[in-house]
Amino acid sequence: MVDPQRAAITLAINGAEQHLEVDTRATLLDVLRERLDLIGAKKGCDHGQCGSCTVLIDGRRAKSCLALAVALDGSSITTVEGLADGDELHPLQAAFIDHDAFQCGYCTPGQICSAIGMLEEARAEGAELTPEAIRERMSGNICRCGAYPNIVAAIAEVAE
Amino acid sequence: MAEVATRAIGAPVRRIEGRAKVTGAARYAVEHDPGEVAYGWIVQAQVARGKITDIDDAEARSQPGVLHVLWHGNAPRLEEVSDAELAVFQEPRVAYRGQIVAAVVADNPEAAREAARLVRVKVHEEPHDVGLRADHPHLYKPDKVNPSFPSDTDKGDVDAALARAEVTIDHTYSTPAYHNNAMEPHATLARWDGDRLTVYDSNQGAAAHRAPLAKAFGLEPEQVRVLAEHVGGGFGSKGTPRPQMIVAAMLARISGRAVKLPVTRQQMFAFTGYRTPTIQRMRLGATGDGRITAIEHRVFEQTSQIREFAEQAATPTRVMYATDNLRTSHRLVRLDVPTPSWMRAPGECPGMYALESAIDELALAVGIDPIELRIRNDADAEPDSGKPFSSRNLVACLREGADRFGWADRDPRQRQRDGRWFIGSGVAASTYPAYQRDAEATARVQPDGSFRVGIAAADIGTGARTALTQIAADTLGVPVERVRVDIGDSALPRAGVAGGSMGTSSWGAAVAKACEALLAEMERGGSEAHADTKAEIEAKKDLARHAFGAQFAEVRVDGETGEIRVSRLLGVFAAGRIVNPVTARSQFIGGMTMGMGMALFEESVMDRRYGDYLNHDLAQYHVPANADVADIEVAWIEEDDPELNRIGTKGIGEIGIVGTAAAIANAVHHATGLRFRALPIHLDGLVGAGT
Ligand code: FES
Ligand code: FES
Repeated sequence: MVDPQRAAITLAINGAEQHLEVDTRATLLDVLRERLDLIGAKKGCDHGQCGSCTVLIDGRRAKSCLALAVALDGSSITTVEGLADGDELHPLQAAFIDHDAFQCGYCTPGQICSAIGMLEEARAEGAELTPEAIRERMSGNICRCGAYPNIVAAIAEVAE
Repeated sequence: MAEVATRAIGAPVRRIEGRAKVTGAARYAVEHDPGEVAYGWIVQAQVARGKITDIDDAEARSQPGVLHVLWHGNAPRLEEVSDAELAVFQEPRVAYRGQIVAAVVADNPEAAREAARLVRVKVHEEPHDVGLRADHPHLYKPDKVNPSFPSDTDKGDVDAALARAEVTIDHTYSTPAYHNNAMEPHATLARWDGDRLTVYDSNQGAAAHRAPLAKAFGLEPEQVRVLAEHVGGGFGSKGTPRPQMIVAAMLARISGRAVKLPVTRQQMFAFTGYRTPTIQRMRLGATGDGRITAIEHRVFEQTSQIREFAEQAATPTRVMYATDNLRTSHRLVRLDVPTPSWMRAPGECPGMYALESAIDELALAVGIDPIELRIRNDADAEPDSGKPFSSRNLVACLREGADRFGWADRDPRQRQRDGRWFIGSGVAASTYPAYQRDAEATARVQPDGSFRVGIAAADIGTGARTALTQIAADTLGVPVERVRVDIGDSALPRAGVAGGSMGTSSWGAAVAKACEALLAEMERGGSEAHADTKAEIEAKKDLARHAFGAQFAEVRVDGETGEIRVSRLLGVFAAGRIVNPVTARSQFIGGMTMGMGMALFEESVMDRRYGDYLNHDLAQYHVPANADVADIEVAWIEEDDPELNRIGTKGIGEIGIVGTAAAIANAVHHATGLRFRALPIHLDGLVGAGT
């Protein structure tokens, strides 16, 4: 008999196809963290209120705590672990280090993934990214350490 | 004491663990992979006061994947613990709403969470009292306030001086409960190997967490290991062990598995600490030319039924301004609420909001510029104790800040407008004690000539790992790349918590001493050295040691909607030697940002009827977001104070939040003419300010 609480799905995660049997109640965030040991996506609230779980789903930024894994069958997911090219950091990762854009680092993977999605959104809209626009567009990612000015500086550098 | 050569110290060294943090490689507490693991979930009390009569866990236990349900009827007995918040499942009493009353452990997180929902807790409910009032009939005087200050002080004759004063100020200020809300929720991963317990815990001090954990389970400290390599913020709330650590260890023991127990964001509003609300009556007396002749600061706060926590909110008033007549007091009331706890600059943060608001009111009453008034009342010796200061550069901070902020161009008249916006600026002082606690460290030279230093310090985002590496490198006379500093493990040499802004001073001194000893040891052919700073701390002179600062805020208030925007914040600090200008700047900015939250957004609202902090998530408890922070500038005064510690540091983690709220509230007053004496400043008080 088929267990109604389990479902088989396929996700392309950081470029690699994964066949998974998931609990239908499981969020993408929990699948990443607890099943696949991709702990770069963080759980700050589990309710879509902080942004620390932000990943890219089919290229768009999304809060993985709000996404049920079972509903994402066939999607491609990029997490912070998938950004660097070998030893070569993604420009945003490098800029975050250079600008000291984090303290505890817990919001950081979410900030970086969110920034990647945001830069793409702005590019598609042809919108100008003033510091004020960056602040507004990045306000879904809370940083309790208060690294905001450095986060904006890091993103602005890459946006140029 | 050898002079430490400075090369790395003072240099903008990048965070050592930066790469791990931006690539997702850094593992925080429950992100460690212990092999076969089970998941815990906490069940909380749904009444504010009462006695559990029964717990029906049958349905929860019948769920697929559920291993155990634990509560007071079936939990292992703990040894006596000093913090009653840690005595989990030991008795049926409910002391506050949200207290832990049961826990589930299951194969997977979904099952654990579902089962927790199905645990039926039957409670005999009793009437509760959760309301703090300055006239509460059960107010009492605690024996001391944190960490060990007298509750009350009384110098001179305050009443007579107030009666004689040409100008008096008498106002009551209040602050709400605030929750620390570190980004990483409290979390523990516990595993038993026979009678040895290992926990990966999100905390501010592995060593400080080991002792109480060992005690609770009747173990020797050596049987317990606490690891906290990366910690997602703490701000005080991870300075003392929290009950989930005990629950995780119990669940691991009973299930025979490693257990991950993350606290949810909502649960953090109950049992992981918060800043007590305060009611503070300030009375000032002064001469017509603004010389303070009397200060009285009376504080009213809450604590819980199970533990006394006495926030030292009036203590900064004992430090700040010269006066012959000075009286301070703290009164507590035990309510049916969670136990308040440490939050960034406990005492100084709420206390300085009241004092620095009152000083602003005094400046207006005597018609003297608020910076000039503070300079006029600067103290040569600590006002309450009479002790000399090791250094005090409040005036230098005020002057430097005034220059940078353009204070000379400020029009003292209120209600200046830019279209529909009112614009105003305000200033407030900051202060925080410069503590140092004894610590131990080891240093070792490796076969390849590199160095390894060990100390059970914590880096909760402060940059401690980096600062300690800089200190070790300079002491050893090598580049930072040749030194590795291990922290975050109770198996390393003993060290105090990341708290009281004393990490760099306490741990840095031990690291420097160990490295110095290693150099001597290497001369003799040795390769390892150990150091303990106890003796040198005991030999320190009896001086008043404090950091000072000045904060400036410019606000814009929408005259129609009441919206407040903080267009500029400037903080100038005198905090001893700055080990790393990059991470220091970040920490000051972080403190000031939290201070902005305190002034304008943050507030834990007590639901009196149900005895609960109502807005218990990040959608309802508003911490500053990126768009709230426009322009924050930080600067510091070079201080060379030989009476602090070998490094010359005063600590920077907390002073950034002290004074921000008063500076903003004073700026709102300048902008609108409206004085807010209760935080946070609600928009409803400002709507229509333009008319
Ligand atoms: S954990 Fe997903 S938004 Fe907070
Ligand atoms: S770096 Fe700590 S929450 Fe952003």
